[in-house]
Amino acid sequence: MLKVERLTKTYFTAAGPLTVLKDVTLEVAAGDTLAVVGPSGSGKTTLLGLCAGLDEPTTGSVALNGANLERLSEDERALLRNADVGFVFQNFQLIPTLTALENVLVPLELRTGLRRNAGEGLASSSAVPGDGLTEARALLERVGLSDRLGHYPLQLSGGEQQRVSLARAFVNRPKILFCDEPTGNLDDETAQAMMDLVFGLNRERGTTLVLVTHNPDLARRCSRTIRLRGGAVVDDHSA
Amino acid sequence: MSFVLKMAWRDSRASRRRLVLFSLSIVLGVAALVAIGSFRDNLRQAVADQSKTLLGADLAVTSRQKLTGEARAFLDGLGGEQAREVAFSSMIVFPTRGGQTRIAQVRAMEGGFPFYGEAVTVPAGALKQLDAGDAAVVEDTLMTQFGLQVGEPIRVGEATFPIAGALQKIPGESPAVAMLAPRVYLPLRALEQTHLVQTGSLVRYRTYFKFSSGFDVEALVRNLRERFRGLQLGFDTVEQRKRDLGRVLDNVESFLNLVGFIALLLGAIGVASAMQVYVQQKVATIAVLRCLGATARRSFAVYLCQGLGLGLLGAAMGALLGLAAQLALPAVFRSFLPVDAPVFISWQAVAGGMGAGLGVCLLFTLLPLMSIRRVSPLRALRAGYGEDVPKRDPLQWVLYGLIGMSVFGCAWWQTNRWQRGLGFALALAATFGVLTGVARLLTWAARRWVPRRLPYVWRQGLANLYRPNNRTVLLLVSLGLGTFLVLTLYLTRASLLAEFRGSTGDDRPNLLFFDVQDDQLAGVDALLQAGGAPVRQEAPIVTMRISVLKGRPVEELSRDRAPGRGGWALRREYRCTYRGRLAETERVVAGSFVGRVSPGTDVVPISVEQGLAKELQVQIGDEITFDVQGVPIRTRVGSLRAVEWQRMQANFFVVFPEGVLEAAPKFFVVATRVGSSAQSAALQQAVVRAYPNVSAIDLGLVLQTLDAIFTKVALVVQFMALFVALTGVIVMAGAVLTGRFQRVRESVLLRTLGATRRQVQRIMLAEYSVLGLLASGTGSLLAVGANWLLVHFVFETRFAPSPLLLLVAVVAVTTVTVVTGLLASRGDCDHPPLEVLRQET
Repeated sequence: MLKVERLTKTYFTAAGPLTVLKDVTLEVAAGDTLAVVGPSGSGKTTLLGLCAGLDEPTTGSVALNGANLERLSEDERALLRNADVGFVFQNFQLIPTLTALENVLVPLELRTGLRRNAGEGLASSSAVPGDGLTEARALLERVGLSDRLGHYPLQLSGGEQQRVSLARAFVNRPKILFCDEPTGNLDDETAQAMMDLVFGLNRERGTTLVLVTHNPDLARRCSRTIRLRGGAVVDDHSA
Repeated sequence: MSFVLKMAWRDSRASRRRLVLFSLSIVLGVAALVAIGSFRDNLRQAVADQSKTLLGADLAVTSRQKLTGEARAFLDGLGGEQAREVAFSSMIVFPTRGGQTRIAQVRAMEGGFPFYGEAVTVPAGALKQLDAGDAAVVEDTLMTQFGLQVGEPIRVGEATFPIAGALQKIPGESPAVAMLAPRVYLPLRALEQTHLVQTGSLVRYRTYFKFSSGFDVEALVRNLRERFRGLQLGFDTVEQRKRDLGRVLDNVESFLNLVGFIALLLGAIGVASAMQVYVQQKVATIAVLRCLGATARRSFAVYLCQGLGLGLLGAAMGALLGLAAQLALPAVFRSFLPVDAPVFISWQAVAGGMGAGLGVCLLFTLLPLMSIRRVSPLRALRAGYGEDVPKRDPLQWVLYGLIGMSVFGCAWWQTNRWQRGLGFALALAATFGVLTGVARLLTWAARRWVPRRLPYVWRQGLANLYRPNNRTVLLLVSLGLGTFLVLTLYLTRASLLAEFRGSTGDDRPNLLFFDVQDDQLAGVDALLQAGGAPVRQEAPIVTMRISVLKGRPVEELSRDRAPGRGGWALRREYRCTYRGRLAETERVVAGSFVGRVSPGTDVVPISVEQGLAKELQVQIGDEITFDVQGVPIRTRVGSLRAVEWQRMQANFFVVFPEGVLEAAPKFFVVATRVGSSAQSAALQQAVVRAYPNVSAIDLGLVLQTLDAIFTKVALVVQFMALFVALTGVIVMAGAVLTGRFQRVRESVLLRTLGATRRQVQRIMLAEYSVLGLLASGTGSLLAVGANWLLVHFVFETRFAPSPLLLLVAVVAVTTVTVVTGLLASRGDCDHPPLEVLRQET
């Protein structure tokens, strides 16, 4: 599902070049769950961003669901993300002007017209649900928010916002889900409930999961863990 | 609905009020363009519908001499209906008002003029009585000024006429004529009794014609021009009037449109600046959209739709307001219009104004929107991401180029000449540049030299001017530009009036008598002496025309006119003087002035005013032969002079040396100085009683007339400047509201730290006061600069900006700024801190 080869990322800052990821190679099979752990600044988020096609590596390559990312333009990568990728962010990243339901619908609404516009070949692999609205409502019900569909992010608690973002991540039936510290802004109890949802949905839908976290308990729930330090992989083991 | 439209609509939810406010910035600019355009179309329609009343006849033939012989016979033989008019300036005496006098345009008339349209008089039809009996029709303003009633007598020269009615309007002339010189109509056959038309009198003879429909007037005029070239006749036709009026209207319209366009540009800059802050606040949303699979183009399109929507809204509101303002325009322009303008909606003008508004708004909105294309989806993961993204976008330069081109294009279109369009665009760029530069400099200086001892609220208020995302320069530019435009107008008006008034402060003459005949000179001198106002200046005037210029007869020259050489300068009647030395209002710029020649000199050395020399394309040594009432006199340009025309004195284009013209028929201009208006009135009455043909001009009257004209012009310019100034206020309100979230957070923080609501408000007061002061200061500086340029290069008067005027401008603009700022920030202190802190999580 995900194949990373000799990935290096260097930022050219005013203070000189800064290499945040060095020669990382890894492969994740479909349906696997992978935790990426490591101290702050070890390159976890950079690795996640590169794997999801949010940025371009300095050297090395990433193949996502068979598509070689460096051969794609930014817009083609956007189409690929819309079709095959789901995201859960540490700070939820809901669009403040949209209701919970509308937030969840965004990936589907982006998709209408996408096929007409461009990505026939790219975005065709993922199945679009027959009725997006039903799917979105069902997902919000699944995460326990069926009574909050019309609420705006400001009117929701942190845990509720993160559950909306989880529903949004699954609404396009992604092949792979990237989670960046999904429980970083939540209390323990809420975090526990949230992760039960993540893994539950993951199992139900057979999604591949890449999870960046500080939390060792969370990492243990994954089938495999890699540890980064100073931008390089220092440990890679399966449960 | 497509994703883009749906997203644009939904995303605007929280900020619709703000977006509407942004759109208000362009409303006034669009309104100005629509109002002017629609008014222009109304006027054009009126001119087309009422074209014949523009002249009141099919043809008017004007001559400076009484037509005799072949020309008269030919004109008489043309047939149709004819009316004749003899016009000149003279003093009118009001015997029932203690013998008071006033200079007026006397028109002795015979025949059924106007042939088209109606002369408006009170009582109606008074002009018709001219043919019936010996009565006069007097300009309404003159009747009002002296409190005259119908039936009262007036004296013109040596004849007395009862007033038949008051003249309000007559076809063929704009109401503004009354402002310059009030008119008095007399029967032509009574002209003789006045004894006013004598040798050397400046008289205009005019014949009006009405032909049967289908008559080709233009062809006739071509024929007449060719046939009577030597007679220097003037021909006026309806078509000619339409062309002239069209040109004037075009010029006025270009000027007004350019002012409207400035308001629009200012508004568009306001929109762009507000959108920039808006886009910055939307970066997180854009990054998420990009993560979820929106392409750069689609995320860009979402906000482009919002920009277009607000442009469309602003343009539509502007069009509505413009149509409302259009109703006010005829009132503003009434005194300048020769036709009654109907009011109707010109859809072409509406489309033009809205199109310009939408186009300019879109171009400027694209500037901040461009950055959306470069928002990386990584920003959803990391807020600070993006430092290594190059700041400048090549497309941005393309946009700057497009904006420059469109400003130039619009100005070109408005002014019909690319040089003027370029001039306007460059002048505008320079003004913006200077305003921005001065604003930055003042801001920098204010920051650098803030005294540490200032109370805290003032230091904090000043510091707010440099907060990140501040709108300081924008506000300074928009408010400054408004101040600059309005103040330049006022300063120029004050300078000109002061120049004329200034001449009463010293020893210069302030009362002129002209048309004094040779044999009346001693008598007039004695009267003035007796009245306590001895003669200050006495200039003989001899009328003449140019017959040969540099060896070529004028007829030949005017047939194939050299480019740049004015036909008027060739054909006009010259009123020249002779004297032995230069007057104090002139100096020689080339050659040497000759004061006296011995009688019988073959070629007389004369002195020519430099502007006229340029017009005639003559240099030192060139020969000119003048026809002095039938006698040819050969002259040579001996010197060129610069003349201060605005000095209240008899000034001359051509000055002869003594010893040549003494024997020619002549009359005199006599200048004196009076101490009061009562003395002036008494002297005028005494002179006019003794010599009815002599006319007087009082400086006070000139001042009055000037002031009246300025007031009318100022009304128009103020009306337009209002659009610019109000746009400045709206842009400011928009900018204050754009930074509101930041301001609310600041005030919450301050209040959490223990600041009282009053302190927070005083900080804002400090901020807006400084902003207003800097803006009005910058605008005033520029206005003083523009005033200097105008005074120095255009009006050639003294530079003396009124400190009082500057003070009033600074105080007024600062007050408006503070009030607008405080009103727009109203409620910023009402948010509970907790609510704001929660928003941050």
